[in-house]
Amino acid sequence: MPELIVYGIVLGSIIALGSIGLTLIWGITDLFNIAHGDQMTAGAYLALLFATLFSRINFLNTRAGPFSFNWSLVLAFIPAILISMALAIVVDRWVYAPMRKGKAHSIAGFIASIGVAWCLRGLIYIVWGADFKFYTPGLRQMLFLPMGIKLRVDEIFIMLISWSAVAAVYLFLLKAKMGKALRALADNPDLARIAGINTEMMIAWAWGIAGLLITIAGILYGIETQLRPEMGWIFLLPLFAAVILGGQGSITGALAGGLILGLAQQISTAWLRPTYKPAIAFIIMILVLIFRPKGIFGRR
Amino acid sequence: MDTALGGIISFLITFATMASIYAIFSMGLNVHWGYTGLLNFGIAGFFALGAYTSALVTSRMPTGALANYVKQVFGLGMPFPIGVLAAAIVAGLIAIPVGLLTLRLSEGYLAIATIGISESIRIFFNNESWLANGPQGLIGLPQPLRSLVSPDYYNFVYLAIVVIFLVIVYLALERGIRSPWGRVLRAIREDETMSEADGKNVFLFKLQSLVLGAVIMGIGGSLYAHFSAAIQPSVFEPLFGTFIIWTMLTLGGTGNNKGAILGAFIVWAIWSWSTYLINQVVPPGFQTRAPYIRYILIGLILVIVMVRRPKGLIGEERQVSRF
Repeated sequence: MPELIVYGIVLGSIIALGSIGLTLIWGITDLFNIAHGDQMTAGAYLALLFATLFSRINFLNTRAGPFSFNWSLVLAFIPAILISMALAIVVDRWVYAPMRKGKAHSIAGFIASIGVAWCLRGLIYIVWGADFKFYTPGLRQMLFLPMGIKLRVDEIFIMLISWSAVAAVYLFLLKAKMGKALRALADNPDLARIAGINTEMMIAWAWGIAGLLITIAGILYGIETQLRPEMGWIFLLPLFAAVILGGQGSITGALAGGLILGLAQQISTAWLRPTYKPAIAFIIMILVLIFRPKGIFGRR
Repeated sequence: MDTALGGIISFLITFATMASIYAIFSMGLNVHWGYTGLLNFGIAGFFALGAYTSALVTSRMPTGALANYVKQVFGLGMPFPIGVLAAAIVAGLIAIPVGLLTLRLSEGYLAIATIGISESIRIFFNNESWLANGPQGLIGLPQPLRSLVSPDYYNFVYLAIVVIFLVIVYLALERGIRSPWGRVLRAIREDETMSEADGKNVFLFKLQSLVLGAVIMGIGGSLYAHFSAAIQPSVFEPLFGTFIIWTMLTLGGTGNNKGAILGAFIVWAIWSWSTYLINQVVPPGFQTRAPYIRYILIGLILVIVMVRRPKGLIGEERQVSRF
């Protein structure tokens, strides 16, 4: 059981990281973005592309300290993130921005985001194929902690990176002028517009942040498991559950929801087959929707 | 029959059968989304329930050596019409608790909840092998009127059966939407509060709409199961079970049964004909990946329709009643 709790925290960290962007976009534009999972897959595969490119440079083609991956992957975070951010902003300008003027735009956007998800997944299948891929093949080093907990060294890296990224975004939203404007917009879009906030600019920023975080989450999930074209779609379900559990637009809620989902999914494997993990996410989500549709931290 | 011509005809018959089955699903979704405004993203769940029910009701328990490999909870060996009927009833009955749980949720939540329910149904069939043989699924399902013609011509017979169902569903729905009952559904879609103020029990009408659509989807599932004669849980993944049907309805015209049918034929034509084209054009080394171009095509259709033409090719008729 203590082992399952630790695994739950590792998985929960990735879910928490991935769900911030989802709840941010949902809070600001009312759009439930189905393509979020496939943006995650795209980010993970972009990192694979750049890691392979960078590994031609000799000194990058060495193990990054005690971890199972090379320095080339560490460096690949940067271009993968930048491209994902740009992609997220461009898709918003082309697909969702024209819709925002119409009524019932959030449903139209929701349906369109399914189309975006298909396009991304199709592209990934065509470029990389359906086979599983690994950032670095080979054995992964294990740590033996007290109480019989076996932890991979990589999992320390995963938690370190995800929680520093979360902290950075949190500080940005709390302190930076841009962050304050974003929170104002999420809180009350009409009031924010009257106060002179350039809403379209802010929405572009929100998409950028969402792209940034989901790419990191995708790479970390790729390190934890492996890369496959459906990874993000399958991961989307716990992401949704975490966001609904946390409440629309609530970052704190998404973080708490992510951890709860990670723990619930891993601990359930003590009694249920691991293949039921996604179903656990659904059941939690449906229970929340029925008994507390606002979520734990939600205001709406 | 000349083989080249025979190949084309057989391809067209298979195409028309699948497109007609999808048209039935698309009309079922039209009841939910087009008429009542219910964002049902769990079509695959009702599809699976219909297909599995019909398969279990019509097939026989495996005997002899086969019994070691194929497990199913029961096999009644009933005729095909009973299978379709059972599929419709089971899908309709399951829709009642689903509706009681989800119909009070707002639009977006309803969508997510229905995805969740349909995925749970699929995962359940995948994991519980005693029920319907788990991931391997059931094969060799009985086909109606099989002995009537030689196997070469059987697909004509099945196409005729599917078309009969398509016509029945179409006529029933056209009648339904032109009735006072149908007008209440459209009123609820346009303004729920107003309909409530007019003394309509909005929740009850939504539930009726959900059940009716689910019954149609259950029938579609049964028709699919006996056409392919084999079902496994992977058929009911959201892509083929749900989202392709959404693309069909939104492209054809939400709120219009003719649009639902048109969309099903166009999207299925793009899907199946592009497979054929890709096999002809693409070099062999790339053939395993090229079919995924279809994902991009379907995705682009959905995006372009939603951005440029949200009403679809044929929009809704503004007036459905003469009075």
